[in-house]
Amino acid sequence: MTATATATPARPADTPPPLPLCTQRRGIELALLVAAVLISVCGYLAVGLAKTHAVPSGAAAYGAGLGGLALLAHLAIRFRAPYADPLLLPIAVLLNGLGLVVIFRLDLETPGDAAAPTQLIWSTVGVALFTAVVLLLRDHRVLQRYAYVCAALALLLMVTPILFPAVNGAKIWIRIAGFSIQPGEFAKVLITVFFAAYLAGNRGALAHTGRTLGFLRLPTGRLLGPIVTIWLLSVAVLVLERDLGTSLLFFGVFVALLYVATGRTGWVAVGLLLAGGGAAAVGALEPHVHSRVEDWLHPFAGIAAGEGPGQLAQSLFAFANGGMFGTGLGQGHAYLIGFAMKSDFILATFGEELGLAGLTALFLLYALLVARGYRAALGLHDPFGSLLALGLATLPAIQVFVIAGGVMGLIPLTGMAMPFLAQGGSSVVTNWIIIALLLRLSDRARAPRPEVSELPVPAVRAESVPPEAGR
Amino acid sequence: MIRCIRHIAGFTLLLLVALLVNAARVQLFEAETYTGNPANRRTFVERYGQPRGAVLVAGRPVTGSRDSGGRLRFERTYTDGPLYAPVTGYSSQVYGTSLIERAEDGILSGTDERLTAFPWWDDLTRAHRAGGSVATTIRPEMQRAAFHGLGRRKGAVVAIEPRTGRILALASTPSYDPNELSGNGTSVGAAWRRLNDDTDRPMLNRALRETYPPGSAFKVVTAAAALDNGTVTDIDASTDAPDPYRLPGTGIRLRNTASGCAHATLKDAFRVSCNTVFARLGTAVGLRGMVDTAQKFGFNDRRLRIPSAVAPSNFDTRMTPAQVALSAIGQYNTTATPLQMAMVAAAVANNGALTPPRLVDRVTDADGNPLFAVRHRRARQAMGPATARRLQEMMVDVVEHGSGRQAAIKGVTVGGKTGTAQHGVHNQGTPYAWFISWARAKNRAQPAVAVAVVVEDAAADRADISGGGSAAPIARAVMRAGLR
Repeated sequence: MTATATATPARPADTPPPLPLCTQRRGIELALLVAAVLISVCGYLAVGLAKTHAVPSGAAAYGAGLGGLALLAHLAIRFRAPYADPLLLPIAVLLNGLGLVVIFRLDLETPGDAAAPTQLIWSTVGVALFTAVVLLLRDHRVLQRYAYVCAALALLLMVTPILFPAVNGAKIWIRIAGFSIQPGEFAKVLITVFFAAYLAGNRGALAHTGRTLGFLRLPTGRLLGPIVTIWLLSVAVLVLERDLGTSLLFFGVFVALLYVATGRTGWVAVGLLLAGGGAAAVGALEPHVHSRVEDWLHPFAGIAAGEGPGQLAQSLFAFANGGMFGTGLGQGHAYLIGFAMKSDFILATFGEELGLAGLTALFLLYALLVARGYRAALGLHDPFGSLLALGLATLPAIQVFVIAGGVMGLIPLTGMAMPFLAQGGSSVVTNWIIIALLLRLSDRARAPRPEVSELPVPAVRAESVPPEAGR
Repeated sequence: MIRCIRHIAGFTLLLLVALLVNAARVQLFEAETYTGNPANRRTFVERYGQPRGAVLVAGRPVTGSRDSGGRLRFERTYTDGPLYAPVTGYSSQVYGTSLIERAEDGILSGTDERLTAFPWWDDLTRAHRAGGSVATTIRPEMQRAAFHGLGRRKGAVVAIEPRTGRILALASTPSYDPNELSGNGTSVGAAWRRLNDDTDRPMLNRALRETYPPGSAFKVVTAAAALDNGTVTDIDASTDAPDPYRLPGTGIRLRNTASGCAHATLKDAFRVSCNTVFARLGTAVGLRGMVDTAQKFGFNDRRLRIPSAVAPSNFDTRMTPAQVALSAIGQYNTTATPLQMAMVAAAVANNGALTPPRLVDRVTDADGNPLFAVRHRRARQAMGPATARRLQEMMVDVVEHGSGRQAAIKGVTVGGKTGTAQHGVHNQGTPYAWFISWARAKNRAQPAVAVAVVVEDAAADRADISGGGSAAPIARAVMRAGLR
């Protein structure tokens, strides 16, 4: 099933030699998928054996469900994205599967609140949307046309929760019919699409026009205006909703894309300065953030004050209890973490029960996912595709750093979901869409360069993407 | 563009490295700090995650475990709780442990390193070591005799095997049921408050932790000091003690309850318990000699462990001659635990050699394999053997012809000394009744048992309280059980 070079028909003698052999590697993907499902099922069994000394009743259904989802996604890729990166889907399935295992394990500690079935439903929805994106989005460049639609939709999605009551201090949820949706999660993909599209369209002008101010060349306001406006709007909305993690995420993706699009280090410097200043100001002025910073600096202050350990302290206790190899799945004391143990703090249970070894493996899985995204960005030849792949890969990278750094005391805590791992429907669905887009992009990056004679692409589109543009 | 993407990738790699380094910091390098934090409940949860090892009396467990199904899962149960509470102590999810439960906690809870052959392997695999058992030296029939002998009165009994220092009985009344303190329900808190608010202080281990003025029972120590120092060389020779005896340097005249004490011999004075003779002997021996002998018996020893800590018995080291005189008859600041007075009797019975008392015989792992030898401390000479033999003679005389007749057992050599200790302001408190004794089967060279009994009975008529009347019958019952 592997290593099938494209069987191109005989070429005229004067055409350039074929590109290096591009391989599909769908067989490898299938094998990795089987491994990912098996690992997840083993984790599920381990939890059941540790907690109830019996094989959990849903083991077969769980394995079949996860395997079915993986197979569906795999078939969609075979059918419509045969050159896609073979690592992306198995990593996503494994992360999603492990998340389900840990949530199932935490459900056993909270008899009144079973989150794993809901999470499985959301995963199914996610894979369905994944399949839809892979099947329907034949060419990612279509998205570039809808840049402003995406921006408008993202802003609309982010504003909506303001009309709904706050949950745990943050106004980022919409509750409909028992399901809660976090529209900001979807907004981050849309905003990334907008950033990528706008910067791809104007990168030349952004890099080379405008006035010089010291080491920095400032583009004209007309150029920078729209993107800064939308970015500031979104950050303002997020700050209003106290969703600081996501505002940090938007900021990071914005700066990264601006840097890559213009190639100017000055933007990074400005970005870091702005981030530092903004963080210091918000940390000092906003009471919600200020308390988080205090928690970060003094995680055991609550104990000294006789109020018992705070959540960060409980999280650190859990990680410390894990040690090198962990207590084993189901054998930690996850319930001590308390509030948000299935969402923001799910990593603490992971770290306690699988130890530093498991946590390292998990971080490396995310790193591999991000690296494959960057790989696609490097392989693409259109600036929009490159920027989009870079942005989509940077999303989970920053998200993992912010949440993992937060629950482990590296940086102040900002509420965010560990991609695929944490409980949260919107998050799982969004991450599946990100994977679908990355697959689509990697398929384009890895596919043999189509020759003009074979390309049934409209002339106008080919024109907008000159080969080797901007390299 | 490619260069910039690589830069971003490099930056992301830095983030990954930061996460991994931080994870290693939290999970490896600072893990011990976090795990050792007293607010970290994991320690407690793991501690109660498995049944606790047993405390054995005569090879049979007097403790058990109940699976509560809760977070702090296994709760301690006690069979004959009130009877053995002064031995075992309690083990509570809320209030911690006491006595053997505390002293041998590492073995019982399975955390002791000695329970495993390869500690590093257990640490790696996080294997839970099952709790080991602790075999006590208690003999159940003697414990029962002591407990039932005390009955509803407040008091304590300690019985020791003189040669080995093994504690055969350790009773304290009123007692409590440690079952009530196991677990972590609301009833535990209620029981804890009730037991602590009780004016009779049932959780006080009177045998180990309460010190009483020993009264006349202390005259054994004074006599030993006088004989060892050569102040008295012939127990049948007259002493020069007048009746009443004026305390040196004061105008206070000390009197006796018994008659015939003027210039009595040491043996007679011992039998009828003459205050004047022993007060004068104390001043004659002097402060240094008295302190020396008292400390050889174990007074002023703050380090005594059986393995639970024992309250130190007191004999002041700075006193005027008048205070020495009062201390020599077990008054003034002299106080002793019942265990201490049992040690005094045991040393006399064991020809002057005092073996430090102990309550634990053997410690085994969960399968019953002995873990390591309990360190038996060696006997030390509290007095010369000749002194001990003369004291034995005088103590036998007390039981055969003196105030201790109620302790006599047919066919057994029994030596004893009564004491009625006054206390309180102007001696208005109810006196404590003491009896210390030892018993040796006629055909044996070794004494079988030494006993100390103290009864503090506020309900009894003052006149009825005397070492011979209240305490001696209890000692007799315990000695009989020990000789069987």
